[in-house]
Amino acid sequence: MAFEIPKIHYTGKIKEITIGAGDKTATVGGRDCYPFHLFEGNMPHEPIIAMEIWDMEPDTWPEAAIEPFKDVISDPPAWAKKCVEEYGARIIVVQLKSTDPNGEDRPVDEAADLAKKIVDAVPVPVVFWGTAINEKDEQVLKKIAEVCEGENLSLSPVEEAIHKGVGASALGYKHTVVASTPIDINLVKQLNILLGNLGVQDEHLLVDSTTGGLGYGIEYAYSVMERITQAGLTQEDDKLQIPIINNLGNEIWKCKEASLPKEEMPTMGEPGRRAILMEAVGAVCYLLAGSDILIMRHPESIKLAREMINDLMAEN
Amino acid sequence: MALTGIQIFKLLPKTNCKECGHPTCLAFAMALASGKAELASCPYVSDEAKDQLAEASAPPVRPMQIGAGDRSFKIGGETVLFRHEKTFLGPPGIGVLVSTDTDEGTLAEKLKVWDTFQFERVGFNLRPELVAIKDANGDSGKFAALAKKVADESNFCLVLMSEDVGVMKAGIDASIDRKPVIYAATKDNVDDMGALAKEKGLPLAIKADDMDGLMELTGKLTGMGLKDLILDSNSRTVRRAFEDQICLRREAIMKKNRALGFPAITFPCEMADNLDKETVIASMFIAKYAGIIILSDFIGESLFPLLVERLNIYTDPQRPMTVEQGIYEINGPDENSPVCITTNFALTYFIVSAEIDASRVPSWLLIMDTEGLSVMTAWAAGKFVGDAVGIFVNKSGIFDKVKHKKLIIPGYAASISGDLEEEVKDSEVLIGPRDAAQITKFLKEFGG
Repeated sequence: MAFEIPKIHYTGKIKEITIGAGDKTATVGGRDCYPFHLFEGNMPHEPIIAMEIWDMEPDTWPEAAIEPFKDVISDPPAWAKKCVEEYGARIIVVQLKSTDPNGEDRPVDEAADLAKKIVDAVPVPVVFWGTAINEKDEQVLKKIAEVCEGENLSLSPVEEAIHKGVGASALGYKHTVVASTPIDINLVKQLNILLGNLGVQDEHLLVDSTTGGLGYGIEYAYSVMERITQAGLTQEDDKLQIPIINNLGNEIWKCKEASLPKEEMPTMGEPGRRAILMEAVGAVCYLLAGSDILIMRHPESIKLAREMINDLMAEN
Repeated sequence: MALTGIQIFKLLPKTNCKECGHPTCLAFAMALASGKAELASCPYVSDEAKDQLAEASAPPVRPMQIGAGDRSFKIGGETVLFRHEKTFLGPPGIGVLVSTDTDEGTLAEKLKVWDTFQFERVGFNLRPELVAIKDANGDSGKFAALAKKVADESNFCLVLMSEDVGVMKAGIDASIDRKPVIYAATKDNVDDMGALAKEKGLPLAIKADDMDGLMELTGKLTGMGLKDLILDSNSRTVRRAFEDQICLRREAIMKKNRALGFPAITFPCEMADNLDKETVIASMFIAKYAGIIILSDFIGESLFPLLVERLNIYTDPQRPMTVEQGIYEINGPDENSPVCITTNFALTYFIVSAEIDASRVPSWLLIMDTEGLSVMTAWAAGKFVGDAVGIFVNKSGIFDKVKHKKLIIPGYAASISGDLEEEVKDSEVLIGPRDAAQITKFLKEFGG
């Protein structure tokens, strides 16, 4: 008899979630085994690499990150289109950096107008990601929900402090909520329950259990995700069966080592390739920990991550 | 599989001689069972009992020392499948492949460059450990010369790669001081390769095409008295290699299968046609269970992310990483530059220092030892309170470096400002932001 891998007995399944509406949708989840453990379960939908754009010209990006987008970087709708048309993005994530009250502090209505233009410009689902400054996020996300009614956008980060406001808007205007909590499995569960009590169905929920950069807390994020997956799949905890989204590119590219010039640390090599590989290595960690939507920045790291997904999903 | 105290007690001399430092043999047995004592403390235990106890208490994945000298390291010893259950213990050794085809001049150059790949981070020196030396044409003279060259001109540990026992023996004799890993025993050479490994006292890697093949070889070799074995299931596609890693670890942990309870050696260098792809494949092996990972080349751009990943995955999830207490200079501060204070939780330090760095405002950052607690936790635990922080600031020597007495504290520790001002004579305490993301704005306003 042929040798068989010892199997884990799974009792649960990650919920299947579709974001976007009409002919602009993407579906994730539905997995009934640990990530890529295809010898003992199914992954009907492979994880999706989403591409991020900013709603303003980035002032802090290293040269290597700007380069692929330099022709569109001050035009968010064109930038979003380029990600889809040239790099095959299946989901666009708009980082609402312009709304930061400590930065440009773009007014709510203007931010929402731009959001609508981006949504209209691309044939794929869109995720909007605020600045984690609750008060402003609540205003901006509610307004975006309103002007993009029925698009089933994903609104993020919905922390406990604003879950009622944004949750109600998402319900009213038919969008998906990204429940965002700080690296703690119990808080993930609690916020999912609170949103459920509010009437947000699991089919309209994604989880952001916090994403750390490589060398900046990736191990905490990784282990919380493995614990969530374990609880959801083997302990029948249905509040921990929601697909997970990771805002990775943003974390990787802002850290010092992603832009440190070669002259300052020759042994770390060229900053461009270094950062691309940091993003790709981070991506592999999150994919193995159970990421369903992985938000990334650089086309080359995205290509490496996609190849890895293909290789892990390939027929044996 | 762990024995209970009573089971261990039955194997002890039961003389209650107290020489182990415990009042009775039973007390000693209980201490052994809970890992608080070492069997070696008992001078009278029989060899037979020793073997039984060692066997029963050995971790499911055999721990072993690889190499000798400065870069030697330990792999194996793992007891869990997931790092949140218990710390992963044996970070995989990372190595680079050279072959007897490699031009000698190039190699000398490369060895020098590879040696410079060392990165300081949170008190650790991150660096790769291994050079794998491959016999390309069965020439034992060439193989020995190459092994000797790498051993003489670098302090890397070695993996010697040849399936020809004669060639292998020449390589070993040329580098025996470095305690090289022998790669590999196969079904065709297992008797001779096993005998050689045993004679030289070296770890032996074995290669077979499937788990049954591996078990057959480990069975044979352990029967010959070999203990330090390393496994290569010869899968060179990503999915199969991933599944093999899961399989090996599960067999060892879930099935207590000693025949597969050994670390694995992996070869991203044989799984991709470019180093970028090798790097992502290696990152999978770091997260999922490899004991040794061999790449086709070392470059800083690829090694740095992998070494940081390895550090992160192999940290103790229960114990926060810390940085050293002290004064950190950021952006070349002078006597008028602001002085910021925070805790020594590594994440706090990384994020705060990165934000100060990004602000381009020359600043002093005082890191206080809070045993790795973050600001809020340290404050709540009474470790980051006014008088304690004050004593630290006074002793830190910062006032030899600046001529003002303004101290910036984290927003979350605002309530310590009164006590701190009292403790540090003539100081003025300013409340910084709660969120590190606001540091740039704060410092710019502070400066302007």
